[in-house]
Amino acid sequence: MDFQFKHKKISGILTILPHKSVTFEDEMANFNFSPAKSMKLKIAMGYKEHRLAEIGQTSVDFCIYGLQYLFDSGLLSKEDIDAILFVSQSPDYFMPASSNIIQGHFGIKQDCLCMDINQGCAGFEVGLIQSFMLLEQPSINKVILLNADVLSPKVSPKDRNSRPLTGDAAAITIVEKCEEENTIYANIKMDGTGALVLNIPAGGFRLPSSPETAIMEEDAAGNFRSKDNLVMQGDEVFNFVQREVPPMIEHLYKQSGVNREDVDWYMFHQPNKFMLNKLADKLGVPREKMPANIVENFGNASGVTVPTCISYNLGEQLCNQEMLLCMAGFGVGLTWSSIMMKVGNLKFNKIIEF
Amino acid sequence: MKEQIVKILTTLRPEFDFTQEGIDFIEEGMIDSFDMVSLVSDLDNTFGISIDGMDILPENFSSIDAIEKLLQKNGVK
Repeated sequence: MDFQFKHKKISGILTILPHKSVTFEDEMANFNFSPAKSMKLKIAMGYKEHRLAEIGQTSVDFCIYGLQYLFDSGLLSKEDIDAILFVSQSPDYFMPASSNIIQGHFGIKQDCLCMDINQGCAGFEVGLIQSFMLLEQPSINKVILLNADVLSPKVSPKDRNSRPLTGDAAAITIVEKCEEENTIYANIKMDGTGALVLNIPAGGFRLPSSPETAIMEEDAAGNFRSKDNLVMQGDEVFNFVQREVPPMIEHLYKQSGVNREDVDWYMFHQPNKFMLNKLADKLGVPREKMPANIVENFGNASGVTVPTCISYNLGEQLCNQEMLLCMAGFGVGLTWSSIMMKVGNLKFNKIIEF
Repeated sequence: MKEQIVKILTTLRPEFDFTQEGIDFIEEGMIDSFDMVSLVSDLDNTFGISIDGMDILPENFSSIDAIEKLLQKNGVK
């Protein structure tokens, strides 16, 4: 499904990372691997260190900390917020929506649309597309897009498939109307037949958490996890990404009329370095134009990896100039989405720690 | 090429003999999906190629012949 938007822009990105950093070596003994094999894997996959929230900190806490920072710094005014989108797989409650919690915490005006979206790896793209749609309304001029996930409590420490790459983080992206045409091209596809390739089996209404769902079991590959833990069928995810993402980007080139070499940066979701390098090679994009340093240094925080990648790699540079970005997210759902747009002259683009 | 493949495999999993005839490396548990990642990285670096992500399938790593065919498909002569 293709989308096109005009007169919309991103005006600021703030990434909020946990202060706690854990290295691969810190956790290596938990995995059912020889140290030598683990170290080889570390290099291939880009497992260096990852940021994890403290016990008790939630996605909402990260968003509140970041928003408070923006209010205190004069970078955002509460009165200007017309919509709050909270995109996450780790809400505070089944009900109410976390976006309402955040609105209430700050006493943001009642003429404000609050919406939670359950999305993961493609959460930044899904959130941006939804933001652009909302901005078509005359009453909505500024959307606060909150991508946040604190999923580490749901990942077994003895799961070598998922644990080394898991990261917690949040990002606040300000999306608003602009006078310039600034045409934005986007597309999205979904395939619910693969919905359980990435999932947390227990804890919802289908299978409530119980002492039985907390029992740790060993899988065929030697990972230990319970039904309360996140499970990822790594092979299936890898094959899905390699199969679907390159044609999606080729389609985006045609859709937007942009040549691959005209794109300044390819800001893609970062499941692991190996997967990203393979995507870059397949697309004929220089690896240095598709940074893979977020999962390596901070971990994969689902929909937060793309804004983190923009903040970390472009920072202040994007406050002073404009660049053509090709952004893509792919994963849970299954969902895959990409956006081609100019981003620049941002009011802020930085990382803070919580 | 075969010798180089055996050398890479042996470095990766020194506990196995990869020169045995008629053995399926995957079925015998000599190579798992994580080994495949390390193996692809090593093959890419050794032969100066980038094996297509769509080709990273168990059947392409089940024997020395299968790996050799995979390398040839990806431009190694």
